[in-house]
Amino acid sequence: MNMLAPKPAAATAALSRPLPAALPRAARLKPVLLQVLPPLLVLAALVGLWEFAASGPGATLPPPSKVWEDARDLIVDPFFDRGGLDKGLFWHLLASLQRVALGFALATVAGVALGLLIGTSDFAMRGLDPLFQVLRTVPPLAWLPLSLAAFREAQPSAIFVIFITSIWPIIINTAVGVRNVPQDYRNVAAVIRLRGPAYFWKILLPAAAPYIFTGLKIGIGLSWLAIIAAEMLIGGVGIGFFIWDAWNSSNLSDIIVALIYVGLVGFALDRLVALAGRLVTHGTAAS
Amino acid sequence: MDRFLDISQLSVAFPRAPVPVLREIDLTIRRGEYVAVIGHSGCGKSTLLNVIAGLLPATAGGVVLEGREVEGPGPDRAVVFQNHSLLPWLTCYQNVKLAVDQTLSRTMSRAARHDWVLENLALVRMTHAKDKRPNEISGGMKQRIGIARALAMRPKVLLLDEPFGALDALTRAHLQDQVMEIHAQRGTTVVMITHDVDEAVLLADRIVMLTNGPNARIGEVLEVELPRPRDRLALAADPRFVAARSAVLEFLHARHANPALAAA
Ligand SMILES: Nc1ncnc2c1ncn2[C@@H]1O[C@H](COP(=O)(O)OP(=O)(O)OP(=O)(O)O)[C@@H](O)[C@H]1O
Ligand SMILES: [Mg+2]
Repeated sequence: MNMLAPKPAAATAALSRPLPAALPRAARLKPVLLQVLPPLLVLAALVGLWEFAASGPGATLPPPSKVWEDARDLIVDPFFDRGGLDKGLFWHLLASLQRVALGFALATVAGVALGLLIGTSDFAMRGLDPLFQVLRTVPPLAWLPLSLAAFREAQPSAIFVIFITSIWPIIINTAVGVRNVPQDYRNVAAVIRLRGPAYFWKILLPAAAPYIFTGLKIGIGLSWLAIIAAEMLIGGVGIGFFIWDAWNSSNLSDIIVALIYVGLVGFALDRLVALAGRLVTHGTAAS
Repeated sequence: MDRFLDISQLSVAFPRAPVPVLREIDLTIRRGEYVAVIGHSGCGKSTLLNVIAGLLPATAGGVVLEGREVEGPGPDRAVVFQNHSLLPWLTCYQNVKLAVDQTLSRTMSRAARHDWVLENLALVRMTHAKDKRPNEISGGMKQRIGIARALAMRPKVLLLDEPFGALDALTRAHLQDQVMEIHAQRGTTVVMITHDVDEAVLLADRIVMLTNGPNARIGEVLEVELPRPRDRLALAADPRFVAARSAVLEFLHARHANPALAAA
């Protein structure tokens, strides 16, 4: 008892001190620094290591300093356009993104529709699920020859490869979401007699939305993986072919710059879908 | 006698279970009555409530509400579920509004429905949080929205499944007082599941005590003849309150002790 006595006194003393109106500037900056500093430090260390490793006489890859020297105009001006394939990275990325956007949009529509179908119908589930389980393991590029043969043109073939790559996780996650509508929500719907289309729009779709967005997030990642590989084979404007072209002219610095852009765009796509998911589901995905 | 809600010879068995959970339950509830159903965990209280709600089919016997047999769920038997069951993607207002739009759109104009939603939110004192989503409010607040949603359907019977079970004692007492007030104000018939003896005695006109399952039956029915409005502080020392309380305790702990605990 005695040992505990001073504690409340100390606590009230601390509480009675007036609170500062706002945190001092240094204290507000600190969390930002703590977020930004570690990745910057790691990045600097890695670039230093790379510079050191690639500067030796037998090095096969260019060091960062040489990349900067060789590919300066590529880095600082992504928007130039000298006709043909001689364009800034922005135009190549834009072409790739357009293909991804089209293929992914088609996959979203078809994937959500099929997912809803096999999620709600046991017959469709039994009929289609084994087929999907086999098809989804086919690597994206294995579809390319077939789609080139079917479409006889590069552009639709590439879009088809995106479509067929990203549709599986969308289908599967949508179906899981539909099957996992909690019994509680179904009971609520039953008590207020929500049925048919009203049930679909007001209960089923919102309840499945977090799952659907998980599928979309996986799908967009796979799309971006697949488009680079597909473009290497089909040629034309696009970041994949840009890399392949640079390889053929032994322009390693261009490849490295392109890789960095590919990574950044892939990251942005992932975040974009995650953000869309949060906006649509009002952050209820977790609960 | 007024046979408002009539449960007769009701047995409920789940598929693949050899013994029924509830066996030959008979209970008649008057209009405006507040009935508490009490029993040990797992004896079949929620099952009984779900059959009244129409969410579960009766295996034998049945439930008749105002002369019509219960054949499925409907808004005339609004349920407040054990775990609130608010839709997380809707705000509190929208949760209540969805139920109102769905059940009263034929009898009320759009503007009247809006006012009616607000009136019910005010009844449970949740107007301030009407635009929040369920994950932004406390457990007690969620339960109040659940009650508002159920009341807003203008149910003939309000079915409460351990509505305050997951709440701390202070919040629970507060909500119990609110429910008593609402019952006095609206005169809704209430069937409330609980395993809190004080809650049953404080709120109910009649306490239905279930024996342990499987094959649970109504072991005893106790009339609580305390005048309303009831005040928890004044009642604590009231001999009638104390007597009712010890009768229920005696049933639960002496004559029908929890089988899980008895086995241990
Ligand atoms: N869907 C089901 N299928 C099979 N058995 C079930 C099912 N639901 C409940 N039961 C069984 O029925 C019995 C009664 O369950 P119920 O949920 O009605 O109990 P309860 O009295 O509400 O318990 P608690 O106080 O813990 O909520 C339990 O023994 C349970 O195992
Ligand atoms: Mg229960």
